[in-house]
Amino acid sequence: MTPGFKVLSPGLHTTVQDLGRIGYQDIGVPVSGALDGFGLRLANALVGNPPGMEALEILVSGPTIETAADTARLALVGAGATLGIRGENARVVTAGQSATVQRGDIVEITLGRQSACCYLALEGGIAVPKVLGSASTYVRAALGGLNGRALRQDDVIPLAVGCASERNELRAPAAPSGSPDQPIRVVFGPQHNYFRKESLAALLDAEFRVSKDADRMGMRLDGPLLLHRRGWDIVSDAIATGSIQVPGSGQPIVLLADHQTTGGYPKIATVISADLPRLGRCRPGDPLRFASVELEAAEEMCREAEREFAKLVAALEPVLSEMELDIGSLYGENLISGVTTGFE
Amino acid sequence: MKVRFLSAGDRALVVEFGDRVDRELSKRVLHLDAIIRSNPPAGIVETVPTFRSLAVYYNALVTSRAELQRAIEPLLDSGDNPRAGARLWHVPVCYEGEFAPDLAQVARLTGLMPNDVVALHSGTRFHVYMLGFLPGFPYMGDLPPQLALPRRADPRLRVPAGSISIATSLTAIYPYESPGGWHLIGATPIRMFDPERPKPALFAPGDAVRFQPIDPTAFASIRRAVETRSYEVESAPLAL
Repeated sequence: MTPGFKVLSPGLHTTVQDLGRIGYQDIGVPVSGALDGFGLRLANALVGNPPGMEALEILVSGPTIETAADTARLALVGAGATLGIRGENARVVTAGQSATVQRGDIVEITLGRQSACCYLALEGGIAVPKVLGSASTYVRAALGGLNGRALRQDDVIPLAVGCASERNELRAPAAPSGSPDQPIRVVFGPQHNYFRKESLAALLDAEFRVSKDADRMGMRLDGPLLLHRRGWDIVSDAIATGSIQVPGSGQPIVLLADHQTTGGYPKIATVISADLPRLGRCRPGDPLRFASVELEAAEEMCREAEREFAKLVAALEPVLSEMELDIGSLYGENLISGVTTGFE
Repeated sequence: MKVRFLSAGDRALVVEFGDRVDRELSKRVLHLDAIIRSNPPAGIVETVPTFRSLAVYYNALVTSRAELQRAIEPLLDSGDNPRAGARLWHVPVCYEGEFAPDLAQVARLTGLMPNDVVALHSGTRFHVYMLGFLPGFPYMGDLPPQLALPRRADPRLRVPAGSISIATSLTAIYPYESPGGWHLIGATPIRMFDPERPKPALFAPGDAVRFQPIDPTAFASIRRAVETRSYEVESAPLAL
């Protein structure tokens, strides 16, 4: 039998994602891929995978899965998220650290309050076919992932390898996310000249809030309406991930991984690539502020983010096995209140 | 109109030729796209041609907008040879009954007889301006002016896959069932997008398309052949 994880409950929207389907936007295929590419790459690094390998993206509420492989190594990344492991060696592993599970172990993923998404990487990757060069799931056209859709109960997440490699578990040294209070940085354009001066100022001065209307395609923002000074119906052009498009209603929509490749509304500004992961973690109700930077600065921030990521991966440290055992026995004896409540 | 270079964040440079749906603009967009593809400057990730602009996606770890713009500017004046490999497609369409739920309304709104709408639509050779909205969704023009209508006031939540639609100066084919606001005047049994094919989208920007009326019996038999992957849409190299 193929080694894997059986899905006992799927979570709200759990999909296979990698860094996206590159090179097909000209035929209308969205890039897709992880909302928080940083989280995906770190999770992969923790299990020794290439950083762009496919992993599970977990939105809003986490799945519960049962190990159907001799052993498997996994790592979760997402602020405040936890892996609750039920089995012979029951324990709770916090995000930012790898762990190895045994056949029959049940793994319950719980998201923290700080992030809309988290990533579960599996050592060796998930054995789904690549479609147009990517394992990313694009539900609207049923491309990629597990049968082109989100996980369902009784699915099996097929693993590429049937047992975990021999090595220490790894841990990321610091909290991987930047401060959530910092404004999201944008570059104005490509159609900022379609907007009134007051609205350009409002984008930077006002506080917005992520509305309930948010999914992998984009998030509608509550806040001041951004008003056009000329028409809002432009001849379609391309849409970049992170572009903030404003339809006739004046309510801005930030476009995310599954956005359409082209569109006919003016884009007032575009979120810089270094801040896309932070944007992807925003949950409905979260406050959002924007700050503008020059393009050259944005390009430099992209490079800086890459250097920071390389530093973080270089600083991953082995977890001493005694420590893990200690933690395991603590939880086993239920000395820490609260952590076992999810297991009843 | 002067060519403008615009940034869409730090990963896309938009080369904008104008702000209209226009064959001359489209020619320039597709020409630049073809030149860049034949010899891409370092750091380009992909290009997306639209009606009026070419989006050039790049990797800022390898290049910068300034460097790319310097590489692209000299390419703008290198003639306007048509894209190599463009094709003329003959698409079977059933314009009857349930396949054409908006045909009667389109006829009423345009003051034409339904047969005239069909004759005008199937008598025009269309240019594929761009693909977008959904995988394989072609924006084609231009409609004869008598058929120009704004989008429907009440968009449908479910437009069936294969629907042939018109709105403004354009016509399109829905590759997947999806919401949509265009007028549905027919349906084709062919598959517009198939990730298993070497060329997943049937059409490419710059191709030409003609629609051939078929009856419901022919629709059903072509659909069966499409399902067993034994149907090939008729096409020929595009003579320019």
